Amino acid sequence: MRPLTPRRVVGMCMALLFILFVVVVISLRMGAVPISVRDIVTTLFKSAVGRQDEVSSEFALVVFGLRLPRIALGILVGAALATAGASFQALLRNPLADPYVLGVSSGAALGAIVSLIVAPFTPGAIQVAAFAGAAVTIAAVYFLGRRGGQLDSATLLLAGIVSASFLSAVIMFLMTTLSGRDLRGMAFWLMGDLSSAPRVDLRWLYLLLIIAVGSIYTTSSDLNLILTGEQEARHLGVNVNRVKLVVYVSASILTGLAVSVSGAIGYVGLLVPHVMRMLFGTDHRLLIPASAIGGAIIVVAADLLARTIVAPTELPVGAMTAIAGAPVFIYLMRRRVR
Amino acid sequence: MSAAKGSNEILAREASGAAPASKVRLKVEQATYTYSVTDRAGPGFSLGPVSFEAHPHQLVSILGPNASGKSTLLKLLAGLSKPLSGRVEVDGIEVSTLDPRARAQQIALVQQESELLFPLRVWEYVLQGRYPHGRSLRFESERDCLMAGNALAQVGADALRDRWMDQLSGGEKQRVILARALAQEPLLLLLDEPTQHLDIGGKVELLQRLRRLADETRHTVLVVTHELDLAAEFSDCIVLLHKGKCLRVGTPAQVYEREMLEEVFETPLEVNIRSGGRPRVLSR
Repeated sequence: MRPLTPRRVVGMCMALLFILFVVVVISLRMGAVPISVRDIVTTLFKSAVGRQDEVSSEFALVVFGLRLPRIALGILVGAALATAGASFQALLRNPLADPYVLGVSSGAALGAIVSLIVAPFTPGAIQVAAFAGAAVTIAAVYFLGRRGGQLDSATLLLAGIVSASFLSAVIMFLMTTLSGRDLRGMAFWLMGDLSSAPRVDLRWLYLLLIIAVGSIYTTSSDLNLILTGEQEARHLGVNVNRVKLVVYVSASILTGLAVSVSGAIGYVGLLVPHVMRMLFGTDHRLLIPASAIGGAIIVVAADLLARTIVAPTELPVGAMTAIAGAPVFIYLMRRRVR
Repeated sequence: MSAAKGSNEILAREASGAAPASKVRLKVEQATYTYSVTDRAGPGFSLGPVSFEAHPHQLVSILGPNASGKSTLLKLLAGLSKPLSGRVEVDGIEVSTLDPRARAQQIALVQQESELLFPLRVWEYVLQGRYPHGRSLRFESERDCLMAGNALAQVGADALRDRWMDQLSGGEKQRVILARALAQEPLLLLLDEPTQHLDIGGKVELLQRLRRLADETRHTVLVVTHELDLAAEFSDCIVLLHKGKCLRVGTPAQVYEREMLEEVFETPLEVNIRSGGRPRVLSR
């Protein structure tokens, strides 16, 4: 009997953060202008200690102007989607739950597009609208996924897939009829892309990420019990309604903030929690932070591949995650059916 | 050495916590419940009024055929539903006023386990029983591990601790589920048809175990069951329900009256009193 300890959680997270650091350095290095690891480290160090004047302007532009913001965006989006996925899987008691598969990402994308049409210059409106789109979609999918008062696994997934397809059709309709406005491309909203810089200060989005992931983390012991069944969790003293509220709102915020800056990147919320479960087990006290860091690693790595694999052409990062995620989804689905 | 000392201390505390048998542990007073006509659980069904008491070290069986109100009564006892009128008290505190965590410290409910979403080891499952004794986000202490270990030992499932839950047999699983409930350190242990998926050997073994638990620990055990014979053999008190009405409360010998049992279970029965004073029921 060796229960999870805070020390083990911190140790595992530090190991994952080290992997993330390595991926970030590789990602900074690679691109149209190759930069050596030494130059990257020197540039970062000099900037960190306030000696920016000594950094060459070319390096500064490539590292701080182009690559680092994109990596920071990738970390934010990956952490948000993977945490949302892990918590949806526990709360809906469905290993195939993921913001993209359940249509929550499409709901957030539709909310974001509507806000760009209605209030294009209001700061933060896109994030609020994306959150509202995500929250309404997950509520709809939750109620459509119930049969006989109980959440039914297959019905829930079908409800999600149908919602995603319906919302994608509405997005396409809006994009086609309202072309010419600054709505970004259809591929951005339906596939996900990290190439365009967000209009809002990333620090605010990071603050929101920390608050939402932190809120979900406070329910991680509860989520462990909910995995064994909602009724059983109630018997063991879990305030299931409170946990549901916290997790649905926080996961909708996470999906909304990810989609508002990167479009609907798929399968990160499915792929990452499963990989983390295989590595570290099912305890959410470790799984939630591990998924957040793992999601960051996967999205930064996927974006690195997306912009280098057929350089100088760039692929949308969502295409890379879908290539990896769709087979995993099929594998999990077949294993479950058996 | 220190672990053994800690273990002894906790066991001593456990023993000293044993309440005198005369104390009323559970008091059900004129409790009623009615489902609304739109409720899926039992549209329009009414239970009660039900009144009875249970003491520490007692094993009480709630008997009745299907749709007699056993599950509804269990929900009231577990604090999952609030009585429409009347009261359900554990150690003098009305159950429905307790918050979920405080309630789970006093009452453990063992139901048929639901399907696990991801694989769990037996010890991880039993440690879940310690949840009510900590804050929402918590890591298990040495005491939690000790209590979980004790609970596994109490049900004779020590050897199973590193096995996966989905690899256990029906009887083994039942014991592990019981261990998780014991790890809660409840005053009241409620079991909803625990013998349902067990063979006759497993049924007898489980009831013997529950009898021992009631005798040797501070738990008051309540079992919802169909098993007339086993209830007669092991219970101190029987609560007989029929179509939502509480027909009789008393010792097995007081409750097992042939005409009444035949009417309730709608089958011809024979009731004999054995040498120990306990009845035996045979179908004719």
